[in-house]
Amino acid sequence: MNERLHKLQSSPYVSRMGVRFDDHGDELTAILPYDEWLIGNPLIPALHGGAIGAFMEITASAGLLAFTELAALPKPIDVAVDYLRPGKPQDVYARASITRQGSRVANVRVDAWQERRASPIASLHGHFLIKPIKSGD
Amino acid sequence: MSDTLQDKLDTLAGLLVDGSPHAVALGMKLVRVSPGEAVIRAPYQAESIGDPETGVMHGGVVTALLDHACGTAAFAGLGGDQAVATLDLRLDYMRPAKPGCDVIAEARTIKVSGLIAFVSAIAHDGDQNDPVATAHAAFMVTKASQAAAERARAEVEQHMASEKAGGAAS
Repeated sequence: MNERLHKLQSSPYVSRMGVRFDDHGDELTAILPYDEWLIGNPLIPALHGGAIGAFMEITASAGLLAFTELAALPKPIDVAVDYLRPGKPQDVYARASITRQGSRVANVRVDAWQERRASPIASLHGHFLIKPIKSGD
Repeated sequence: MSDTLQDKLDTLAGLLVDGSPHAVALGMKLVRVSPGEAVIRAPYQAESIGDPETGVMHGGVVTALLDHACGTAAFAGLGGDQAVATLDLRLDYMRPAKPGCDVIAEARTIKVSGLIAFVSAIAHDGDQNDPVATAHAAFMVTKASQAAAERARAEVEQHMASEKAGGAAS
């Protein structure tokens, strides 16, 4: 895990969420371990939509940090989240794919799933402001 | 007992934020709920910081706050007795929240159409005219959320009945 990714993981909010990253070669999976405090509606029970959205934003940042040399943490400009299935009280996984990366803005998609990757519980796409480290800097 | 929607919302107000473990964990407080509208505050706290270099609150906290405020407004817009699930949530992050400041989300139901509510919201840190973020969301009454709402209603009624019985005895 590179230093930037480690910095993201150790930031107070991300470490409180308990998010972990599992990177193998050029694939990075983010893991949100289940905890009671992630529940939004205890009567269903379902994970909070905001917690799932936040986890996918973290995954997008991690996807950018994992494979690009950036001088700072990516900042979200806008995100759109589709909620596809209720989040069950269990771990959530997510993977980011970078659709386009320019010199200032990156377009990222994230899928989140629980039991089967083919049955995502939510998907996100958004734009993030990035500061790549220029070669020669 | 009056049956206006505001009365119903006042009865349920204690559950709308405090009944959600994630909202409680982030320190959210219900400021106000009225038919189709909700205002919720998230405090600035050390655990919510996204970037330790700037002390700025993580966007994820603003996401959860806006989702909760929009969901509460949708619930209040759909008559206060049908629980809702988020279909989609679109967020624009306009600027970082000021370190040290609470963030307040103000959500308003634009339109209810059948089982779907369309909601928009702004999040600010003191000045409504200088938003931190805005949100547009669609919520729907689903079977799972509906069954949960019925269980919650039964609990509230049971609680009120036992309070009434307790009050009569004293």
